[in-house]
Amino acid sequence: MEIERHEYDVVVIGAGGAGLRAAIEARQQGKRTAIVCKSLFGKAHTVMAEGGAAAAMGNVNSDDNWMVHFRDTMRGGKFLNNWRMAELHAKEAPDRVWELEAWGALFDRTKDGKISQRNFGGHQYPRLAHVGDRTGLEMIRTLQQRVVALQQEDEKLHGDPEAYIRVFQECTVTRLLKTGDGPGDPISGAFGYWRENGRFILFDAPAVVLATGGIGKSYVVTSNSWEYTGDGHALALLAGAKLINMEFIQFHPTGMVWPPSVRGILVTESVRGDGGVLRNSEGRRFMFDYIPDVFKDQYATTEEEGDRWYNDQANNRRPPELLPRDEVARAINSEVKAGRGSPQGGVYLDVSTRLPAAEITRRLPSMHHQFKELADVDITKEPMQVGPTCHYIMGGVEVDADSAAASVPGLFAAGEVSGGMHGSNRLGGNSLSDLLVFGRRAGAGASAYVDGLKARPVVSEESVATARAEAMAPLERDGENPYEVHHELQRTMNELVGIIRKAEEITQALEAVEKLKERAKGVGAIGGRIYNPGWHLALDLRNMLLVSECVARAALKREESRGGHTRDDFPGMSPEWRRKLLVCGASADGSSVTVEEKVQPGMRDDLIKLFDRAELKKYITDEELAAFDALVKE
Amino acid sequence: MGYKAKFRVWRGEGGEGRLEDFTVEVNEGEVVLDIIHRLQATQAPDLAVRWNCKAGKCGSCSMEINGKPRLGCMTRMSTFAEDETITVTPMRTFPVIKDLVTDVSFNYQKAREIPSFTPPAGVQPGEYRMQQIDVERSQEFRKCIECFMCNNVCHVIRDHEENKPAFAGPRFLMRIAELDMHPYDVVDRKDSAQEDHGLGYCNITKCCTEVCPEHIKITDNALIPMKERVVDRKYDPLVWLGDKIFKRSRSTKG
Repeated sequence: MEIERHEYDVVVIGAGGAGLRAAIEARQQGKRTAIVCKSLFGKAHTVMAEGGAAAAMGNVNSDDNWMVHFRDTMRGGKFLNNWRMAELHAKEAPDRVWELEAWGALFDRTKDGKISQRNFGGHQYPRLAHVGDRTGLEMIRTLQQRVVALQQEDEKLHGDPEAYIRVFQECTVTRLLKTGDGPGDPISGAFGYWRENGRFILFDAPAVVLATGGIGKSYVVTSNSWEYTGDGHALALLAGAKLINMEFIQFHPTGMVWPPSVRGILVTESVRGDGGVLRNSEGRRFMFDYIPDVFKDQYATTEEEGDRWYNDQANNRRPPELLPRDEVARAINSEVKAGRGSPQGGVYLDVSTRLPAAEITRRLPSMHHQFKELADVDITKEPMQVGPTCHYIMGGVEVDADSAAASVPGLFAAGEVSGGMHGSNRLGGNSLSDLLVFGRRAGAGASAYVDGLKARPVVSEESVATARAEAMAPLERDGENPYEVHHELQRTMNELVGIIRKAEEITQALEAVEKLKERAKGVGAIGGRIYNPGWHLALDLRNMLLVSECVARAALKREESRGGHTRDDFPGMSPEWRRKLLVCGASADGSSVTVEEKVQPGMRDDLIKLFDRAELKKYITDEELAAFDALVKE
Repeated sequence: MGYKAKFRVWRGEGGEGRLEDFTVEVNEGEVVLDIIHRLQATQAPDLAVRWNCKAGKCGSCSMEINGKPRLGCMTRMSTFAEDETITVTPMRTFPVIKDLVTDVSFNYQKAREIPSFTPPAGVQPGEYRMQQIDVERSQEFRKCIECFMCNNVCHVIRDHEENKPAFAGPRFLMRIAELDMHPYDVVDRKDSAQEDHGLGYCNITKCCTEVCPEHIKITDNALIPMKERVVDRKYDPLVWLGDKIFKRSRSTKG
């Protein structure tokens, strides 16, 4: 069958917040841009984001500024973050949020008419721009409508709305194309198929921006949608790029636990930001028992102080329900293990005794709706039952902070698929702002790269033939049902490389993944090429398996506990390990994963000086501390 | 607590198809989409269905369940009797691609026909000041998850292909209302709502409001106020006089 061919300057894979912002930037810089997405336009996983976008605008508390946001982000990530990314993010997030408003977004307001900001875990001041608890939807719709506005402009100017920006929806990319096989050979395009009719499509393009989100579908209990199969992570690996921090996975502390069919679906952190508390089966607010040493000066030690904080933040410390997500998730896990869980295996999250019913439905409308419709629970009258759910991967493509460029020339990555920004644990609210800040930078980086090229890299026809054969294979085999292999992978990762890990279990997981890789080679898809989900899943398996192997190999190697990586056999945080990044690459034939250690560059002088010595001492080595002392003395 | 349910699911592609019978396991707390997924995993791996979030937030899994437009992920199995046969068919207003998946490009075409948000010249990002009460009306409409069930159920186009070119459907008429009520939008949208997007076709039967999974009061809060604004314009004596005196070329067709 003939392959449909298109020529573009920049191809963006993924149409969530990062992908759309990247595409808008590339188009605004005059580049012919394609957006390729697996779902319909406007359905990306970003719509699930509830709480808000963190940006130090200082609308609610004027003491907030980029330096405070930067500090909070580094603390949340346990100082493993790429500090340059954290700096750019904190500095640029306000402009990115204001820009959305100029494109039609309607955020909730303060009394003086500015964008309202709400409290969230790990953020020192109210910082999240929000719309009730559906901020992600507002962001996607605004960016989607901005793309449409640009198309309307192009129609006026060129008579064709798709002259400079076109959305290829329900289209899956299975391979990145390059001029050759070497890691230094540049990108020349991308190959994929239309889900609607199964026809193959080839994009001839010198720059590709990956914005494919995360990997949650490798786990059983997840807040992620079906699309989160680690496509961008795998595409990057197979093209010769590197992934970092893959051992760090965020288990959101509050997912629904009942009924079983909705297990894992997110319960927004705003419930806690707006006053909700966690209790065990004995009615105890157990988070007071789990404040770690590194945070003990910043959190209330009594319920009275915690409660006062909601109205008087200057004179009280925040309640420990608002610790970073990794801490809260581990605490819930411990309570349930100790036999103090709720009947359905979670803990209680209660807002009904904390706010008037009308206030709950105003501030948390979609949570109210979600529990009522799916669990028959009225959150204005009774507590919710919640437990940890696989939510976000901190790890991803290793990129240059300023341009979002990966090591392969012509390849860029932004949003969840990129790594570094959030270190070992992401703060709530830092994702939506990350998408905007680095989506824009990736679009700009790709545009600048295209401008600097002397000639367009050529697509190698051999690689097209290989990609085509790979995509056809499951249809030509009479093999195992891909759903079976997928379910087994999900169970393996959930049970053996989950929230609490140990060497034997991770080793078992790696053995299981090896066997699943063999089985995946034999899966078959019955039916034809028209909208065939069995075939699509068979192709996605390659990505999920490759990414799961990265997670497990890196998790086995990092012998400490930090953020989204908790080792039962190495419970402490190690200053030596803080300086190390684990870098995953694919073996030459793409069939397995290698992991190498790399030294994390030290923080720039002016940035490290933003922290107190007493705080740094908890994270950094004696040698680094001596260097800090010398710096401060100067 | 599990039981075997009888399902009839529409299967087919390219304009042809039929209802296929299945007997399938159902467990406590499950929704229709769970059952469709179980069919994929155990009996029909190539059964096509759209879905994403499974939490009623993305609007992908629109389908007709026993003839009613519903989100598969928000329709609990406990709302049916155990011996009831549940019939699942694709949305009727849009052409079927395969099984439960329809071609919804009509909606994207209409979205592109509506002039975008246009703020006044000279307001810089960060300078916007709006009161909560003034943004709330448009915020209600921005809760829309674009499941397109309102457009699917609307009788103007449900069985009237011929009306599609002239009619944007409730979803996009509501979009016009949303922009018209946006405190900073400067475009006059009243005439075009009527003349270009078919507001006049709507005879406020509220079918759209009834199926909206976000419980947006599409008819009462968007379409009727928009109709009133159009009428005000048409019969406002001052506007009429202005039109006469200055010979404005505004059309009064409707």
